[in-house]
This record gives sequence, C-alpha cells and structure tokens, in this order.
Amino acid sequence: MEHYNMNLTLKIWRQKDAKAKGGFETYQVKNISSEMSFLEMIDVLNEDLITEGKDPIAFDHDCREGICGSCSMYINGKPHGPWKATTVCQLHMRAFKDGETVVVEPWRANAFPVIKDLCVDRSAFDRIVQAGGYISVNTGNAVDGNAIPVDKDKADKSFAAAACIACGACVAACKNSSAMLFVSAKVSHLALLPQGEPERKTRAINMVAQMDKEGFGSCTNIGACEATCPKEIRLTNIARLNAEYLSAALTIDKEN
Amino acid sequence: MTWKQMFTSSIGQKLTMALTGLFLITFLIVHVGLNACIWANDGGQMFNTGANFMSSMLVIRIMEIGLFAGIIIHVIQGLLLFFENKSKRKIGYAIEYGERGSKWYSRSMGLLGTLLLLFLIMHIYHFWVPSRLGGMWNIKPLEEVDYTNGLGKQYHNLYAEMINVFQNPIVVILYVLGCISLAYHLMHGFESAFRTIGVHNNRYLKMLRYVGRGYSIIISIAFAMMPISIYLGWIR
Ligand code: HEM
Ligand code: SF4
Ligand code: FES
Repeated sequence: MEHYNMNLTLKIWRQKDAKAKGGFETYQVKNISSEMSFLEMIDVLNEDLITEGKDPIAFDHDCREGICGSCSMYINGKPHGPWKATTVCQLHMRAFKDGETVVVEPWRANAFPVIKDLCVDRSAFDRIVQAGGYISVNTGNAVDGNAIPVDKDKADKSFAAAACIACGACVAACKNSSAMLFVSAKVSHLALLPQGEPERKTRAINMVAQMDKEGFGSCTNIGACEATCPKEIRLTNIARLNAEYLSAALTIDKEN
Repeated sequence: MTWKQMFTSSIGQKLTMALTGLFLITFLIVHVGLNACIWANDGGQMFNTGANFMSSMLVIRIMEIGLFAGIIIHVIQGLLLFFENKSKRKIGYAIEYGERGSKWYSRSMGLLGTLLLLFLIMHIYHFWVPSRLGGMWNIKPLEEVDYTNGLGKQYHNLYAEMINVFQNPIVVILYVLGCISLAYHLMHGFESAFRTIGVHNNRYLKMLRYVGRGYSIIISIAFAMMPISIYLGWIR
C-alpha cells in the first residue's frame, strides 16, 4: 500500500476532571504518516501541546498491540474507529484521507464516568469479574493441560469467548449501554469448560447481579455490540448467558 | 435467589417480555385463523358461529383474562425497560453510532410497541367493547342473528359490526398502519424472544429467524387484508 502524509482537523473531547463540564477542542495536525497508528498520531499532537506549554490529551493505552483492552476512543461515531475487528491502538492512519475531520469522544455510559479527557473509569468491569468471572483452584503445581478431556467444539467456542479484552466498546456502542456482550463472553468462556462447572450457577447469578448494580442497561438483542467488538465476540454468547442465568435462577436452591 | 430478585434482574425483566410476547404471538395465530372465516363469503355465518363458539367456552373466557393481563404486563414492563435503558447514558455522543449491526425496527421496539398500544385501544373499542359490554351502561349492544331456522338461538353479529366499522376509509388506513407496526415489532421481537429465553444453538437460531420473518409478514398481511377486503367490497 502506498505511503502518504496527511493533514487532519481533530475535534477532541477535553474535560479537566470528572466534575468539569468538558467540551470539544479543535486541533490541526500536519504531516501525519499513513503508517502511524492512531495513538501515535495523538502522541505527535501531545508532543506539540507539551512544547506549547499546554495540557496534553489524556487517553488510556498500554500494550498497543490489541490485547490489553485499555485503549478506548469513540472515533467518528464508532468505538475503536472505522475498521472492523480492530482496537484503536491497531487502527492505522491510512484509514483516513488527507484533509479529513476526525471527531474523538470518550466511551459514553453512566457506568463508565469520564475521569479526564478520553479516559473513562471502567472499574465496573473489574467488579463484575470479581463477582464470579473466575474458577477456584488449588494452588501448587500446574495440572497437566490435557488431564481433563474437553470437546473440541466447546473448547473452540470457549476460546473465542475468552478473546474478550474487556475494552468496553460493546457498552459504548449499545443504545442501552448494556454490558451483556462482555458479561456473556466471560460467562461463556468458563461455562463451556469442565473447570467452570463447579461454580457455574453462582457465577452467572452473581455476575449478572453485579452488572445490574453497576448501572448497565438490559439487552434488546439488536446487534450493535457485535458489529463493533474488536475481538468479534458473537451475539450468540448473550443468548447463552440468558440460558445460563435463567436455568441457574430457576434451579439454584439458595434462599437469598 | 428469590423470585423477586429473578424477575427484577435485567434478564428476568426481559424474560417477562419474552414470555408475554410469545403468548401474544400464539394468540394471534388463533385470532387470524378465526377471522379468516370472513373470507368464506357466506354473509358471516361461519365467522359468527366460530366467534360465538369461542366466547361460549369457559377455557376461552379464562384465557381472555390471561390475554388482557399479558398485554398489560408486556406494555408496562416494555415501557419500564425502555425508559430505564434510555436513562443509562445521561451524556450522549456528538456523532451517533447509528445503524451498524442493527436494523431500525430493532432499535425502535418502544415506538412500535406504543403505536401498537394506540392501535389496540382503538381495536378493543371497536369490537370487544360492544360485544362484551354492549347493553351495560349506555353501550350499544351488537345486533343479533339467528342461524338456527327459528329455534331462537341468537348470535352476536360481529361480522355486521366489521362491515360497518370498515366502511370508514380512515379506520381502514389506521388498521393497515397498525398491521405494519405489528410486522416490524415482530420482525425483531419473534427472534429476540427466543434469544431471551436462552436459545443459542445456531441451527435453531437460523431457523427461528426465517420462521419469525415469515410469521411476521404473513400474519400482518392477513390481518391487513381484512379491512381492505371489506372496504373494497370483496366480501359483503
Ligand atoms: C400493545 C403494545 C405493545 C407495547 C407497548 C410493546 C412493547 C414492547 C417493547 C418495548 C419491547 C422491547 C422489550 C425489550 O426488548 O426489552 C417489546 C418486545 C416484544 N414484543 Fe411487544 N409491545 C406491544 C405489543 C406487542 C404485541 C401485540 C406483541 C405480539 C403479538 C408483542 C410481542 C413482542 C415480543 C415477542 C417482544 C420480544 C421480547 C424480547 O425481546 O425478549 N408486543 N414489546
Ligand atoms: S465483548 Fe468485545 S467490545 Fe465488549 S469488552 Fe469484550 S472485547 Fe470489548
Ligand atoms: S492499547 Fe492494549 S489493546 Fe489497545
């Protein structure tokens, strides 16, 4: 693919802190290489801002290779920008044309309050995982990987669900700010494996209860999340979560 | 886990939507089947006898209460969820996410449902009120007909009421609009309800998608053709 340089107009959400009102600021960036990642382009802009003695734009990032799930920018109306199955850190500037205007917003959901600029507080996801997104095992030597037989089809589906990086794009895209795609990926990943069996019912019930407590909406099965997920987590996982939750709720023998 | 915790959870509330929705879907099959008797073009005898047979059965009268309860629960729970979900994003986006991955009617279930509610109020006023409450208060009762060669058994002439109501072109248009709302509400709702109750097997989901679309389109066209047939004088 041909290399080219571009000039862009950026409209970026700036907000001093969680309490401040915030608003869009317009920036011009020049000579941006088509080979840069979107975050590198923001780095260039931040260098300029620092040289000018201004406050650089705060944004989350860590691995910059699409696996940690910390980068989170809503670019031109889509979480993680225009490419399919891509995180912003893996989005390259060749996705944009010279002279384009690019609007960058933080994830929007009551459950993900803005901390500063483009950084939002996604600790709600951590608390959902703490509520049951794990398996309890004895410490000590690692068990032989193949000691417990697992059906290939289930292993594949579990692995596909485990690819969720907890980025929150599904919430950001959903009209109900629902976290069901995320929670369904976490629940499916473990429910499909024998290791997840012992805590299967309490996991589904506790994770859904925590999800509701954190203030996410309910799922209306429209599919916006699936279309934006950088890890292509399937909507069927949500139907599986419904099955896991309902059968657990109907059969668990615990009074409270 | 208490029943209350289950039915007030997000998934539990969706279960209520799905179960009441599927109940209504089942009811519509009976409803469309019975109403299709008007096309026998026998002056309404088959339809009136059928309708009277239904209303004379105790089971059906009990089901009728269930039907009203089902609609009311579906509407209240649906609107509660709609406003609840809307409130989860207090500060919105400058650029909307739009139609990626979803259909407009899937995103408009609250609106389509509200249109259906308005339609249902009109519909109940047109037929259920005179048929069941006619004679009480100042409500004009339906005419009676006799299909028993003078034995005196009287049947409510719902058919005559249909012919009467559907002479008004505005009413016919409102009914057709109601059927269009129904078609789109169910194009999403049918499949969604099965996902909500936990069907996640891809083979079944694919089948349900086609069955759901087929059901939505066929049932809505069948209902819409009733006022149209009468208005255009295809049946009298
Ligand atoms: C009378 C007024 C009605 C209103 C206000 C209404 C409202 C709604 C709303 C807001 C939803 C979305 C709920 C959600 O996805 O969380 C919904 C879903 C649904 N509705 Fe209705 N509706 C009405 C009538 C009907 C009728 C007459 C039928 C069936 C013949 C029906 C069948 C369904 C089904 C199957 C769903 C899917 C449930 C799910 O997603 O799990 N609705 N309705
Ligand atoms: S399901 Fe997809 S969009 Fe949602 S948190 Fe996981 S990786 Fe991100
Ligand atoms: S920075 Fe880790 S996924 Fe983007």
